[in-house]
Amino acid sequence: MLSRVADSIYWMARYIERAENLARFIDVTQYFSLDQPDATNHWKPLIQVTGDEELFLKRHDAFTPEAVVHFLTFDREYSHSILASLTAARENARSVREAISSEVWEHLNDFYHGVKSAEQQFQDDVRAFARYGSADNLFDWVKRNSLIFEGLIDSTMSRGIGWHFANLGRLLERADKTSRILDVKYFTLLPSLDHVGTTFDDLQWSELLRSVSAFEMYRKQYQTITVPRVVQFLVLDEMFPRAVRYCLAEAFSSLKAISNNGLKRTDDGRLLNRAEQELALLCAELDSLGATTIIQRGMHQFVDHLQRRLNDVGDRVYSQFLLVGP
Amino acid sequence: MNHQFQNYQTEGFYDELFDEQGRPRAGARTLVEMIDALPPGELTRRQKAIDQALLKMGITFNVYSDQQGTEKIFPFDIVPRIVEAMQWGHIEAGLKQRIKALNCFIQDVYNEQQIVNDNVVPRELLQEAKSFRPQCVGFTPPRGIWCHITGTDLVRSGDGAIYVLEDNLRCPSGVSYVLQNRMLMKRSFPKIFSASKVRPVIDYPSRLYDTLIHLSDKERPTVVVLTPGSFNSAYYEHSFLAQQMGVQLVEGRDLVVHDKRVFMRTTNGLEPVDVIYRRIDDDFMDPLAFRADSMLGVPGLMSAYVAGNVALANAPGTGVADDKVIYAFVPEMIRYYLNEEPILPNVPTYVCQRPDDRAYVLAHLSELVVKAANEAGGYGMLIGPASTKEEQAEFARRIQADPRNYIAQPTLSLSRVPTIFEQGIEGRHVDLRPYILYGKSIWVLPGGLTRVALRKGSLVVNSSQGGGSKDTWVVAAVPGQVASAEESL
Repeated sequence: MLSRVADSIYWMARYIERAENLARFIDVTQYFSLDQPDATNHWKPLIQVTGDEELFLKRHDAFTPEAVVHFLTFDREYSHSILASLTAARENARSVREAISSEVWEHLNDFYHGVKSAEQQFQDDVRAFARYGSADNLFDWVKRNSLIFEGLIDSTMSRGIGWHFANLGRLLERADKTSRILDVKYFTLLPSLDHVGTTFDDLQWSELLRSVSAFEMYRKQYQTITVPRVVQFLVLDEMFPRAVRYCLAEAFSSLKAISNNGLKRTDDGRLLNRAEQELALLCAELDSLGATTIIQRGMHQFVDHLQRRLNDVGDRVYSQFLLVGP
Repeated sequence: MNHQFQNYQTEGFYDELFDEQGRPRAGARTLVEMIDALPPGELTRRQKAIDQALLKMGITFNVYSDQQGTEKIFPFDIVPRIVEAMQWGHIEAGLKQRIKALNCFIQDVYNEQQIVNDNVVPRELLQEAKSFRPQCVGFTPPRGIWCHITGTDLVRSGDGAIYVLEDNLRCPSGVSYVLQNRMLMKRSFPKIFSASKVRPVIDYPSRLYDTLIHLSDKERPTVVVLTPGSFNSAYYEHSFLAQQMGVQLVEGRDLVVHDKRVFMRTTNGLEPVDVIYRRIDDDFMDPLAFRADSMLGVPGLMSAYVAGNVALANAPGTGVADDKVIYAFVPEMIRYYLNEEPILPNVPTYVCQRPDDRAYVLAHLSELVVKAANEAGGYGMLIGPASTKEEQAEFARRIQADPRNYIAQPTLSLSRVPTIFEQGIEGRHVDLRPYILYGKSIWVLPGGLTRVALRKGSLVVNSSQGGGSKDTWVVAAVPGQVASAEESL
């Protein structure tokens, strides 16, 4: 497969996953704020954790729901907004249209046009939109369309290099975003370490789990909600498909499949190429940790570290497979 | 009876579906009857459904000036143009003859130059042709074929005769619309379709692939389509053809030349490339050989080509026969190389370099169409009857300053086809671009792209200037009769 094409497929999948997770973030924040109308501002941390506070404040005066929702959903100048992500996903798809299935392309095209037209609804009724994500709930709609996209990738593309790059892209992105969503909620829900360990079947922790479709699966495994268990489940679980550890294990199999297809591992006699090594190390690191260790070291520090390591993996993948020749 | 076409008028123009008395032509009878049998409003409804389908499939082109990324579909009109099989046989034979002669000409001018030695084509014309590539002198491309893919523009004038308007030997586009239009028509009018016995176009991609692999000696050569990138207005076509042929679509940056061999950058490292269907003009193909400022090309590509390590379609240098002044000499070429009379005539052409012609053109600017030798897409043109005095004066200046660069032709009264507009159906002017492949033999895609000027009275069919397209049906005149032996394909 052409390196450029592999790169575009990888980013197409990443951008869709990014849009989906942003929709999940906004969705869960809306629920939080509905339950606590007078409590602290839930919208500000959302901007803080996505890491673009500076740009936001250049464009808006305050962290109102309307401003935050518009910024994260429709702002074209904010490169991670849902609309910007979909535009980028679509541009990537367009440049490799012959390498993906027509179903994938047509769905993505439709998806993009759908979000574009939702922008008009937003203009028409800003307040209602910000609170409820419009009558037909845009964010749920984005989530569902991302899932359809995934389903189309999985059911219409051969398990060749192209599919593995798509899979790699979406799983690395998902690992990153699951950790972020934990980060953003963790410090609003848990201002002090003293709360750790108390059993409280808190509505808000349930919402957090729901936001990554994890509530029911968590219940099956642990029944009662405790912080270390939630952390364990979202970071270290090997079976739940949005848990960081699960994502990395699956990403590793795709990376291996890609490497096995070429001659990438033979150059200096090592068993794994540099990209595989980097990812294997990260998996091993997670395996050596327990949830309580993560909490004691500090959730935010841990998530920061994890994200840096994920970036390293992405860089290695790039230099190994996508940057070819002179 | 006669719902849709009840008030249809040919208004004195040659109409492709109706004769002068307003009766459907033999080949169009089935179509006209079946369209007439549709309930009122049905035709418009199907037209709208097709517009929606095009948007959904993302078959659009970008409007660059719009920051919101507005995309437009290339308008498609659902009333097809019909060409009767007998007439098609004539067109097909004429095109094959023409391509054969043009290929002989290109080979000749880069090698022996007999045609200029014999003074059939003036030597100074050739020397001054901008599209003549000195890099190709003395070169013979694989299999001796220069113009592998051609999209000749034909027009029918008021007298009912078909003329060749332009040869388009460089990177003719539009064939993807032919295939896409056909697919949409089959979906929208399955009944009319099966009753009309239309000759298929679906095998174009596999014919194209055969044409391309013919250029390599390898048993399974690696073929790629080279595109300028996704911002090019014909990008959809490039990706469509690559997908349909099952080959890689590459951009210049995906290719690299090492030791005069071409490779593509893949996830497995560098892989060799044998045949390139390039949709980039000569000028931008290789910054080392042609324009140094090209960001789209592949440095060293020309050296790999000249060394015989990679085949290019169309061959660099082919554009010399696309020069609009050289065009005027194609009938002579046919006589010279093939010893035959041209089957399809040229539009009568005044070559401004000839003093007599020039004097005539300057005296009749308000009646003629003036064209620059190396422009395409309807640019660099003066349409006399629609021009102002100032424009005529400007062209007179340009012609006198550089007579070599201009030709003029009478303003043709292009034939029309019934076309849907907001209030119903009216005649609109059309041309026809058939596609010709030169591989083991010469093959002509039955039909081709009918381009239609959607504005009433307009003669400009270019997509950049308000044109649309129609499906083109080659049908047997007598219902039930098979149009051709090739039907079984």
